[in-house]
Amino acid sequence: MEERTYRRSRIAAFIAGATLLAAACSSGTATQSPAASTGGGASAPAPSTGGGSAAPSSGGGDLAGQSVTVIGTWGGDEEKAFHQMVAPWEAQTGATVKYTGTRDLNTVLTTGVASGVLPDLAGLPGPGQMVSWADSLVDLGGVLDVPTYTAETAPALVSLGKVNDKLVGVFIKTAVKGLIWFDPKVLTDLGTTPPATWDALQTYITTNKSKAQSPWCLGVESGAASGWPGTDWIEDIILRQAGPDVYAQWYQGKVKWTDPAIKTAWTTFGDVVANSYGGSATVNSTNFANAGDPLFKTPPGCMFLHQASFITGLGAFKTATAGTDYNFFQMPDINAQYTGAVEGAGDLFGMFHDTPAAKSLMAYLVTAPAQDIWVKIGGALSANKNATDYPDDISKRSAAILTNAKIFAFDGSDLMPTAMNDAFWKGIVAYVKDPSQLDSILANLDTVQTSAYATP
Amino acid sequence: MDPRLTTALAVVVGVPAVLFGYIILTEQILRPIPDRRRGTLRPWLWLLPALAFLAVFLIYPTIGTIIHSFQNTAGTKFVGLDNYVYFFTSPSTLGALKNNVLWVILLTLFTVSFGMIIAVLVDRVRYESIAKAVIFLPLAISMVAASVIWRFMFLYNAPGETQTGTLNAIAGVFGAGPFPWLQIENFSFNTILLIIVMAWMWTGFCMVIISAALKGISAELLEAARVDGANEWQVFRGIIFPLLLPTLAVVATTIVITALKAFDIVYVMTGGNFDTQVMAQSMIQEMFTNGNFGRASAVAVVLLLTIIPVMAINIRRFQAQEAIR
Repeated sequence: MEERTYRRSRIAAFIAGATLLAAACSSGTATQSPAASTGGGASAPAPSTGGGSAAPSSGGGDLAGQSVTVIGTWGGDEEKAFHQMVAPWEAQTGATVKYTGTRDLNTVLTTGVASGVLPDLAGLPGPGQMVSWADSLVDLGGVLDVPTYTAETAPALVSLGKVNDKLVGVFIKTAVKGLIWFDPKVLTDLGTTPPATWDALQTYITTNKSKAQSPWCLGVESGAASGWPGTDWIEDIILRQAGPDVYAQWYQGKVKWTDPAIKTAWTTFGDVVANSYGGSATVNSTNFANAGDPLFKTPPGCMFLHQASFITGLGAFKTATAGTDYNFFQMPDINAQYTGAVEGAGDLFGMFHDTPAAKSLMAYLVTAPAQDIWVKIGGALSANKNATDYPDDISKRSAAILTNAKIFAFDGSDLMPTAMNDAFWKGIVAYVKDPSQLDSILANLDTVQTSAYATP
Repeated sequence: MDPRLTTALAVVVGVPAVLFGYIILTEQILRPIPDRRRGTLRPWLWLLPALAFLAVFLIYPTIGTIIHSFQNTAGTKFVGLDNYVYFFTSPSTLGALKNNVLWVILLTLFTVSFGMIIAVLVDRVRYESIAKAVIFLPLAISMVAASVIWRFMFLYNAPGETQTGTLNAIAGVFGAGPFPWLQIENFSFNTILLIIVMAWMWTGFCMVIISAALKGISAELLEAARVDGANEWQVFRGIIFPLLLPTLAVVATTIVITALKAFDIVYVMTGGNFDTQVMAQSMIQEMFTNGNFGRASAVAVVLLLTIIPVMAINIRRFQAQEAIR
C-alpha cells in the first residue's frame, strides 16, 4: 500500500516536473525574440520591407512611438546640444531618440561589429575605423537626399565618407584645426595683423615676452587618449613645413617616422613644449579642455593656445566673450610653398540598422535647419555650407576657413590605423615628458608602423 | 505585457522548474540501473549541467584563446610563435610584465601584512567593529571611482598656481613641491603609488578574513601560553601566526590574482603612460583599440600561465588540509 502511493506520487511528480520543464523551455524560446531585438538595438517593430524600396522619402511614414538608438562620444553640454538638435524631429515624427554617450566608443563598436549588437546610428571614431566597418554600415545612398547633401557639403568631406564609392559616413559636426587663440586685451596689436609666417610669430614672441609668463599654453592630458593635442601640433607643422604630399604619405604609412621631415616637425614642436606654461609636467597633467585657462589669468600665464575651433565650447572659453576676451588667427605658414593649407576634423556618423525611424533621423541630421540648431549653441562647426546660424563672428570666421580652404587636409592621426594613432598619442606623452628620448620614440613608432599598416 | 516582464517571469519560474525537472529526470534515468552503480553514477549526473556550463563558458573560450594566440590579427592564418615573440621583445609589453611583477609582490605584501597587523590590533579594542567597518569600506567603492578619488590626491597644478591636489597642497605647506606624482618613473615610483591605491581598497578584505580566522583560535590555548609566562610577542610568534598561516595563504592567493587582473586603476589614472602599463591593459589595448586578436590572445595566455602555478599551490595546500581533517 505504502509502496504504491509512493510510486504513484513519484510518477505524478515526474509528469509535473516534465510539464514544467517543457513550459520553461517553450517560454524560454518565446522570450528569445524580444530579448534578441533589444540586444540588437533595433526596437522598431516594423519589419524591413526588403531591399530596393529604400527611397529617401521613406521617413514620411508613421514613426510615432518608434525609437532610434544612438551612440556617440558626446557628454555634458555636447550631449545637451545633440538633444536640442533632435528635439524638432522628435516633435514632428513622434519617435524618440535614445542616446548613449561613451568615451569608449571604439571598444563598444569593435565588439558590436563582431557580435552584431549595435545601435541604429553611431558616431564613428574616425575614417580609418569606418573603412574597416564598411561592411556593417548601411549604404546612405538610399537614406539621404544625396544631390542636396553633396551640393551643401565640402567635397573633401563627402569623399572621406565614402568607401569604394559607397557613402557610409557623414560628418555631423566639424572643426577647423590649427587655430591659434589669444587674448586681444593682452596682445592688442594682433587682431588686425597676425604674423604671416612661423618665423614672424617667433619674432613676435621674442619682442613681447614680457606680456605673459610663457609664450605657449599646452595641455595634452585626455584620459585614455592623452597626447592627441600634441598630434594636432605635429600634423599642422608637417602640413606647413613638408607639405600636403609628405603629409598624405606620412599618414598612409609610406613615410617613416624617423624620416628627417617628420623628425624636424617633432623638434619644432619640442620648441613649443620647452616654451610652454608650467613646463613638461604641467603639459602632461593638464587636460586639453583647461589648457587655455592661463590665457585669461592676470597676469597672463601664456600668450597663445593652439587648438581646434571646438575649444570655444570648453574650459574658460565657455564663459568668456568671443571677440573681446579671445580671438584667433590661423597657424602661420612655415614654408611659403605650402600656403593656404587647412587641417580639419569632424565627427563621422554612420548607420548600422536600416529601420524607417533611423533613416528618417539620419536624413534629418545633415539638413541645414538641423545643423543650424547645433552650431547656434556654439563650439561646433557644420559641414553644411547652408548652416550659417553661428552665434558670433569668431565661429563664422572659422567656418569660413573650412569652406574656403585651398588645400584641405583631414586630421592625419584620425586617418591612421588605430594601433598607429594610439602609439602616436603615447609617443607625444613620452616626448613631452622627456624630449631627449626622441630617437627611441620615433624608432618605436616605426616598429608600430610596420605592423599596423600590414594587411591581415 | 512588457517583454522584459515576461522575460523576468520566465526566469523566476523557469529556472527553478528546470532544475527541479532535471533532478527528477536523473532519478528516472537511474531507476533501471542496479543499486550498486547508482551511487557512483548519481554525482556525475548531478554535476553534468555545471560541467556543461563550464565547458561552454570556460573551457571552450580558453582553447579558443590559445588557438587565437598562434594566429594573425584577424584570426585567419596561423603565424606560429610571432605573437609570443612580439610579447617578449616589445619594450611596452616587457614593461607591463615588469610592472605586473611589482604589482604581485608589493600589493600582496602591503595588503596581507597590513591586513594582519590591523586584524591583530583591533582584536584588542572595544570599538573593533567600527574600526573594521571603516577600513573595509573602500572595498565597496568601484575601482574606477576609487581611481578618480585618488587622482585628486595626486593632482598636479603648474608651479605657482594654487595646488588643488591633496598631496601637493600638503607638500606646499612645508614649502616643497609641487611634485608631478604620477609622472615620476624613477624606481617605478608612480607604479608604486598606483599599487597603494589598490592596497587602500583591498587591505580591508584581508583584514576581515584574517580577523575571522583569529576569532577561531581558542582562547584557552592563548590563556595557557600566557599562564606559562609567554609575553605577547611570543604568543603571536609561536601560536597566532602559525595558526593563521593557512588563512594567509588563501588571502595571498586571492590578492595575487587581483594584482594580475589590475587594470582599472592604471587605465583611469595614467592610461598606461609614464611606464605604468600592465598586462591586462596591454591585452585590452591590443584587443579593442588595435583589433589585434592574435596578440591580445597571446597576452591572455601568458597571464593564464602565470596564474596556474599560484592556483596549483593553493589547491595542493587545500588538499593537504583536507587530509589532516
